[in-house]
Amino acid sequence: MTSNTRYKSRALRSEDGREEKEYVGFATLPNQVHRKSVKKGFDFTLMVAGESGLGKSTLVNSLFLTDLHKDRKLLNAEERISQTVEITKHTVDIEEKGVKLKLTIVDTPGFGDAVNNTECWRPITDYIDQQFEQYFRDESGLNRKNIQDNRVHCCLYFIPPFGHGLRPVDIEFMKALQDKVNVVPLISKSDCLTPNEIRKLKDRVREEIDTFGIKVYQFPDCDSDEDEDARQKDRELKESTPFAVIGSNMVVETRGQKVRGRLYPWGIVEVENQSHCDFVKLRTMLIRTHMHDLKDITCDCHYENYRAHCIHTMTSKMNTDNRVESPIPILPLSTPDVETAKLIKMKDEELRRMQEMLQKMQQQMQHEQDL
Amino acid sequence: MSSSDVARQLGAHHLSLSGHVGFDSLPDQLVNKSTCQGFCFNILCIGETGIGKSTLMDTLFNTNFENCESSHFEPQVKLRAQTYDLQESNVKLTLTVVNTVGFGDQMNKQDSYQPVVDYIDRQYETYLQEELKIKRSLHNYHDSRLHACLYFISPSGHSLKSLDLLTMKKLDSKVNIIPVIAKADTISKSELHKFKLKIMSELVSNGVQIYQFPLDDETVAKVNTTMNGHLPFAVVGSTEEMMVGNKMVKARQYPWGVVQVENESHCDFVKLREMLICVNMEDLREQTHTRHYELYRRCKLEEIGFRDTDPESKPVSLQQTYETKRTEFLGELQRREEEMRQLFVQRVKEKEAELKDAERGLQGRFEQLKQLHAEERGALEEKRRVLEEEQSSFSKRRAAAQLLQAKNLNANGKKDKDRKNSGFM
Repeated sequence: MTSNTRYKSRALRSEDGREEKEYVGFATLPNQVHRKSVKKGFDFTLMVAGESGLGKSTLVNSLFLTDLHKDRKLLNAEERISQTVEITKHTVDIEEKGVKLKLTIVDTPGFGDAVNNTECWRPITDYIDQQFEQYFRDESGLNRKNIQDNRVHCCLYFIPPFGHGLRPVDIEFMKALQDKVNVVPLISKSDCLTPNEIRKLKDRVREEIDTFGIKVYQFPDCDSDEDEDARQKDRELKESTPFAVIGSNMVVETRGQKVRGRLYPWGIVEVENQSHCDFVKLRTMLIRTHMHDLKDITCDCHYENYRAHCIHTMTSKMNTDNRVESPIPILPLSTPDVETAKLIKMKDEELRRMQEMLQKMQQQMQHEQDL
Repeated sequence: MSSSDVARQLGAHHLSLSGHVGFDSLPDQLVNKSTCQGFCFNILCIGETGIGKSTLMDTLFNTNFENCESSHFEPQVKLRAQTYDLQESNVKLTLTVVNTVGFGDQMNKQDSYQPVVDYIDRQYETYLQEELKIKRSLHNYHDSRLHACLYFISPSGHSLKSLDLLTMKKLDSKVNIIPVIAKADTISKSELHKFKLKIMSELVSNGVQIYQFPLDDETVAKVNTTMNGHLPFAVVGSTEEMMVGNKMVKARQYPWGVVQVENESHCDFVKLREMLICVNMEDLREQTHTRHYELYRRCKLEEIGFRDTDPESKPVSLQQTYETKRTEFLGELQRREEEMRQLFVQRVKEKEAELKDAERGLQGRFEQLKQLHAEERGALEEKRRVLEEEQSSFSKRRAAAQLLQAKNLNANGKKDKDRKNSGFM
C-alpha cells in the first residue's frame, strides 16, 4: 500500500507543481502500470516441501489467512513405509483492496516419509520441469493469447528443528532443486527452540549451506536511493535467514487481543509477534516485498536456463540424427555457430598437441645426434 | 507363584507358627547383600540425531554425562556405550548408557535397525557363553544386557514415523521398550492427547509389545495402572536451572514463558523418572532376564540343535544331547578329512599324468631335432669330402705343372749351357 500512494503522489506533484516548459507527462507511467496490473490480476505458485508433521499446511493457512486443507487424510505409519511422493495442487483466488491474486499451492505429501528415501525428490523435479516444458511449448506456439503460467515461483523447504543442522536428505533435496526454483529454507516449529538455540541453529544451517555450495534464494540488494530505514530492514532480513517460523490455525486471546497463536500451559506463543518467531519477516518477504522478484528470477533465470538447455539438447540430437523437421516451429540460428565453434576449438587443441609432440621428437633426435 | 502354591506342589502342608522364629528378616538380608554388591542398570536410547537423548539422560540422573554432539552425516548407524558409577545415599549403581549415533540420518533407512539388534544379541550371547562355561563366575559377572530401551519419538503431532514402527517391531521381543515423546514443549495439550492416542493405537494395530508396568504387586499396582494409561510419556529435558518463584528449577526459557521440567502440568518427566527409576527398575531387570534373555537362549540353543525332548518325546538332558552332538561332529570331521585326502590323491594323479604327457611330447621333439641335426651333419660331411677331393686333385695338378715348368727351365738352361759349352769347343 505504500507503493500505491508513492506512485500517485509523484504523479500529482508534477501535475500541480509549477508549469514546466518541458512537461511531457510520462511520470504517470508507474501509475498506468499499476492500473493495468490491478486489472489483469496476479498469479503466484508456491511449493511447500518437507517431512510430514513439520507444520507446512498450518503455515500456509497462517500466511494466507485461509484454510486450504479442510479434509485431508493423513496416512498411518505403516502405510508410509514405502510411500512415494505425490504432488497435489490447490488453487484459490483471493482479493485484497481490489488486487486479485490467483494463488496456487503445490504440496508434496510423502516427501521424506518412506524408510528408503533415495531420490525422493525426483517426482518434484519432474513436476517443475513439466511446468517449464509446458510453458516453453505454449510460448513457442502460434496462439499465445492465454498462456497459463504454472511455473513454480518459490519453494519453501521446511527444516526440522529437532536436529543439530541440515541432514543428508535436506542437502540432497536443495541441491537437486537449486537450479530449477527459488529455494527458501525455513526452520519449522521453532517454538521448541529457545532464542539462543535458534541463533545457533541458524548459524549452523547458514554455514552448512555455504560448505555444501547450495544456491538458495538471495534477497536482492536494496536500491541505493532507498532511505536508511529500508536499508536497515533489508540488512536485518538478510541476517535472519533462514527464517524460524511457527504456524497456527487457532485464534487465542492474549493481553486483551485476539491473535493467531498456540496455547501452552506455560504461556502463549503469538505467531505475529516478532520476538517470538520470524513469521512476520517471512510474510513480508514472500508477499509484501519480494513476490515479484521471485517471479522475475523464475522467469529470467531458471526458466531461461531450462529453455537454453532444452534447445541445446534438441539441436545436438538433431545434428546426430540428421533430421530436417524440428518439433518447435522457430529454431534459433545462433546454435549451429556454437557447434562449429566448438569443433574448431577441438581441432585447434589437437593441432597444438601434435605440434608439441613433434617438437619433443625433434628435440630427442637432436639429443641423440649430439651423443 | 505364591508360596502356598509351591507348598501344595511339593506335597507340603501349611503350618502356623507358635512364636517368632525370625526368618522374616530374609528380605533384609537380601537387601543388605545386594546393597553391598551394588546394582547395575543398562539403558539403550534410540532416537534421531539431536532429538535430546543425551540431555534427557543428564536430566534423569542429575549429572553431566559429557556427551559430544554427533553429526548428521554418519554413513551408518552406530552404537556408543558409556559406563558410569553413581551413588545415592548408600546405594551404588553402575549405569551403562548406550546411545545410537546417526539413527534416521541416512537416505536409505531400511537397515537402520540392524546394528541395534546385533548389539542387543551380542550382549545376550556373551551372557550365554558365560552361563555355559564349565568354570563360571556369574555372581561377579558384569551384566551388560540392556534392561530398558527408551525410544524417542519425534514430536510431529500426527503419528509415528515409518522408521519408528519398523524399528520397534524388530525390538519388541528383545528388550523392554518404553516409548517417549521427545521435545514435548512443541506440542500443545490438546494436540498431545490426540498424538498419544494415535501412537498407542498404531502400536497396538501393528502388534508391537511395549513394556507395561507390572500390575501384580499390590503396593505399586495402582500407580502403575495410572501410569500405563499415560504412555507414551511426553518429556522435556534440560540441564539449565532458572529461578522460578523462590527456588531454582530445571527449566527452558522462552520469550513467551518458562517450561519447567519437573512441573507435572508441563510435561511427564516426573512420571518417567518415577516409573523408570524409583518404582520399576528392578522389575525391568527381572523381565530382561526371565523373558527376553530366556527367549534368546531358547532360540539360540534350538538353532544349534539342542532339544528338551528327543523325537520319542522322552526328556533328554543337556549332557546326552551334548554327547550325541559331539560324536556327530567328530564323525563329520573324520569324513571330511577322508574326503579331502582322496581329493588330494586324485589331484596328484592327474597332475602326474599331465606331466608325463608333457615329457613324452618333449622327448619326441628332441628325437626329431636330433635326426634333423644328424642329417644336416651328413650333408655337410659330404660337401667337405667333395671339397677335399677337389683340393687334393688341384694340388696334384699344381705339383705336376710346377714339375713340368721346372723341367722346362732345366732343359732350357741345359741347352744354353750346352750351347755355351759347345761354343767353346
